[in-house]
Formats: sequence, C-alpha cells, structure tokens
Amino acid sequence: MSTIQETVAKTDAAAVDAPPKKSMALGRTTSLVMLVALLIVPLFVKNFVIFQLTMLLIYGIAVLALNILTGGSGQFSLGQSAFYAIGAYAAAILIEIGNVNYVLTLPIAGIICFAVGFLFGFPALRLSGVYLALATFALAVAMPQLLKLGVFEPWTGGVQGLVVTKPDAPFGLPISQDMWLYYFTLVVALVIYIASVNLLRSRSGRAMMAIRDNEIAASAMGVDISMYKTLAFGVSAGITGVAGALGAIAVQFVAPDSYTFQLAIALFLGMVVGGVGWLPGSLAGAAFIVFVPNIAEGISKGLSGAFFGVLLFLVIYLVPHGARQGAIYAETLLHKLRRS
Amino acid sequence: MQAQLAQAPATSAAPLLAVRDVSVVFGGIIALNGVSFDMKQGHILGLIGPNGAGKTTLFNCLSRLYQPSKGDILMEGVSILKRPPHKIAEIGIGRTFQNVALFPNMSVLDNVRVGTHAHTNGDIISDALRLPRSTSVEAAINKKVDDILGYLDLRGVAHAQVSGLPFGTQKRVELARALAADPKILLLDEPAGGLNHEEVYVLGDLIRRIRDERGITVLLVEHHMGLVMSIADHVVALNFGKKLAEGTPAQVQSNPDVIKAYLGSKDQ
Repeated sequence: MSTIQETVAKTDAAAVDAPPKKSMALGRTTSLVMLVALLIVPLFVKNFVIFQLTMLLIYGIAVLALNILTGGSGQFSLGQSAFYAIGAYAAAILIEIGNVNYVLTLPIAGIICFAVGFLFGFPALRLSGVYLALATFALAVAMPQLLKLGVFEPWTGGVQGLVVTKPDAPFGLPISQDMWLYYFTLVVALVIYIASVNLLRSRSGRAMMAIRDNEIAASAMGVDISMYKTLAFGVSAGITGVAGALGAIAVQFVAPDSYTFQLAIALFLGMVVGGVGWLPGSLAGAAFIVFVPNIAEGISKGLSGAFFGVLLFLVIYLVPHGARQGAIYAETLLHKLRRS
Repeated sequence: MQAQLAQAPATSAAPLLAVRDVSVVFGGIIALNGVSFDMKQGHILGLIGPNGAGKTTLFNCLSRLYQPSKGDILMEGVSILKRPPHKIAEIGIGRTFQNVALFPNMSVLDNVRVGTHAHTNGDIISDALRLPRSTSVEAAINKKVDDILGYLDLRGVAHAQVSGLPFGTQKRVELARALAADPKILLLDEPAGGLNHEEVYVLGDLIRRIRDERGITVLLVEHHMGLVMSIADHVVALNFGKKLAEGTPAQVQSNPDVIKAYLGSKDQ
C-alpha cells in the first residue's frame, strides 16, 4: 500500500513544481501584450517595414499550418510550398481573370487547397517519417514546373506569372494600401490562430495528437487513423492555401519560381525554430525566416548564406526546442523576479 | 460456424464474448490452434500459459490487430471479425497494453479524454469554431473524465505530462483511459508486469473493484499466477497455441497437464 501512496505523493509534488504547461497557447497577459504590439507597431514604421510585417504574418500562418500537421498529427511535410503556390495562383486567377473580390478569394483558395491536401493525404497514409518527407518534397519540386505548363498558360500566365492589383483600403479609410493589407492580414491570422488552438484542444485535435504519439493505442480508443491523418493534411494545406492567397495579394505578383522547394524548407525551418507543436512559436519561426536572412546579409553580402547557417546553428544549440523553450526560460525568470 | 454457434450451450446465460475455434497461422507457424472459450458477464477470466503459448496472439485477435485464419469471435452473439481495429472500442471492448501504450507527450487529462473518443461525436469545423455541438461534447467528456480520475485517484496528476510519471501511475492512467470508453469487456494484457509485490496486491484489488462497482467483465492475460489465481472466476490455460485446461482456479491449478506445462516449472 505504502508504495502506491508514496508514488502518488511524489508525482503530486512534481506536478506542482513543473513550470506551468503551455501546450498550445500563450497565457492571457502575454497574448494581450503580443496583440497590442501587433496592432500598434505598424503606426510607427515605414511602408516597406509594414509590408515586411505583413509577410511575417503570412509566413506565420503558413508555419502554423505545418505545425498543425507535424506538431499535431506527427506527419512531416517538405511540400508546403506546393499548397502555398496553389493558394496563391487560385487567388491571383480569381482576382485578375475572374474579377472576384480579394476577400472572397481567401476562403476559395482555402477550400481548393483543403481538397488537394486531403487527396494527397491518402497516398501519404502509406508513408511515414522521412519517407513521407521525401514524397512531399517531390510535390514541392514538381509544382513550379506544373505551373509553367503550356496547357495552363491562359490562366497562369506561364513563366511570366500574373500581376495582381493591390486592394485599396475600403470605406475611404485614410490609411495606405500597405497598412490596410497589414490589418486585414492580422485579422485573418488571428482568426486562423484562434481556430487552430480550438481545434487542437478539442476532441479532433486530441485524436490527431494521439495518432502522433501512438497509432495502435489511438486506434484501440476508436480513433480512425486514416481519417484524422488525411484531415490533418487537408486542414494544413487549406490554411497554407489561405497564406498563399494573402501572399499573392501582398506581393502583387505570382510566378512559378516564387514557390520552389526552398520556400517549403524555409517553412519547415520556421516550424522547428518556433517549436514543433507550439502554435504561438509559428510567429517566432516566421520572424526567423523573414528577418534572419536580412541580418545575415547585413553582416556580409558575400557570405550571407554562411552567416545564416551560423545563426541557425546557434539557435539549434542554444534552444533546441525553439521559441517554446525561450518562452519557458522567460517565464521562469519572470517568476523568480516576482518572488525576490 | 453457424452450427457451432447453435451448439454453444447456453449454460446459464449467453456469453458476453465467445471465442470459437480460433486459429492463427504466421507463415508456417501455428500460433493458435482451434481455441474456444466463453466469457460470462461479470466474470474475471484469467488467460494463462507459458511464454509463446499464444496469449498475446489471442489478445491481438480480440483487439483486431490480427485476423484469425479460422474460427470466429462473437461479442454478444455478433462477429467482430469484420470490424476494423478502430471500430472495436464502440462495441464495448476496451484494452490496456503489455508495456503501457499511452500518449507520452499529452497530459493525463488528455490521455483519458482520448479514451472517450469512441462514444462521442464531432467534426473539425465545430471543434475549430467552438460551436455548441463541440462545447457540449467537451463538457460531457470533462465530466466523465473527472469522475474516472477521481475513481482511480489520479486527480493530483491530472495536468502532468504522462511521460514523466512513475510506471505504476502510468499503468493506472492507462486503466483510466480504457474505463473512459465505458467498456463492457476490459482486456488487460499483463497488468502486473513491472509492478512489485505490494503493487500487484493493490492492482488485484482494483481489478475486482472495477468488476464489482462498474459491472465490467475482465479478461486478464497474466504471467503472475498469484494474481490470476486470487482474483479470477474462471481460468483458461494455453500451451503451444492449444487450450490445455479450463475451469475454476482450483481446477486448473490441480490439472496435471497444467502442472506439467506451467506450474511445475515454476516455483509458485
């Protein structure tokens, strides 16, 4: 008897001592501070920086999408650029050829990419780990060439790509196009972030994470492995598609070579730097892939790639679990400061 | 198979689970050879046998990881062999695993919540948007899970990540996860493995309590003879894939074949 009681007592103590677990979202205060920062920063910077911040949010959405797939359901993808490209082209074609309002193109791009991702999820069921990563990589490599195909040229513009008109701020708001697009993207990003956190905290999300942790046990609990794995692919692709559509509108241009496998690897990098499975880290990961190449270039123009590599090494050595680890450090530090 | 079903004598009541002439062949090896037995509602059935006797193979047939090459398994008179593995929980068959198969990166709470999956409904859209359909299901899940955590004395570790817990506690979490599905039958695969003497005693007590208080029928696959003999109502002994003996613990214990195959070689 005593042993069991002892173990219970011990674990009780451990549960109390462990740092508060932030599995999917930030605490309320931190979230508010982040939100306020995201809301006011654009008011004080130049238009080009606002554009960069918009791209930060867009890549943040794309990294978050990959995080749902890998962190949530445990499936790897090095092919997210393909879904991003499909979303971008869907938006560009709808706006320029279909004369559809840009706001409406987002859900359409999302639905198209959800369908593509869901279908791609079926062959992916037979693969796992590195093999799945390679199969998705093949998708990423194939996509730019598919977009160049002569058959699609009347819509895609072939190698030339398509120019997308930048939307003006509606209701005669006295703000620049860049600023309007930033706030528009911010709203979309927030909606997607909140919905994703909800999803991962719900019955469906738990089923996906159960598959990630132990497929046989998940199946014994009644989780339909195939369905949730393909759904995870669909959701991830759908969200990536929305990011792609926003990207096309923000950059005002789509061309096949904007969506090479390098983008897919950048998104993967962003996920790892942000912390796999930790959704708020997606923004930190996106910041890494948007700003660190610039920083590296600032250090040395000729060796920017090498410096990027050094910075990446530093991150992997110092915080192997990504921004999530940094957040936990910061939190414990804050607790200590409060106590003293 | 139909004929066998008709022959199956309804001794007192119809069996909850009936294993009928089940054979499993891997390549040229016969892992199970025509094994039959019944499980009665409210009983604890102990399945014993030396290593390689086919206990785990039979267990995996019940949880639909293996497909028997012959025979049938009937749950409340209906064959389970056409169901995929993830459709087993919903007909009331729950299980634990030999070396604990939890979801290590999830909290105790979330592990047990997954246990309710088979009996709840939902879709990703209502879950993502927190529609009433999703929140009412979550509320029901949380109520059920809290009840079970209290029952197994796990409330203190509810928010802890499973991978950091002691083995004995992990075993209880696994039991809690299985109970969350409201099973009619609980399949326990060597629950005493890795536990010390006192923990085994407590476990035996717990299994009996689960049967008595929750009315759950238990299939206990176990090496630990002391545990099986003290809590089982009925014992089936396997050896080399065949049923060696069946009966009350006392009958099986005194069966000369069983003594020769199993007990005789052990100092129990």
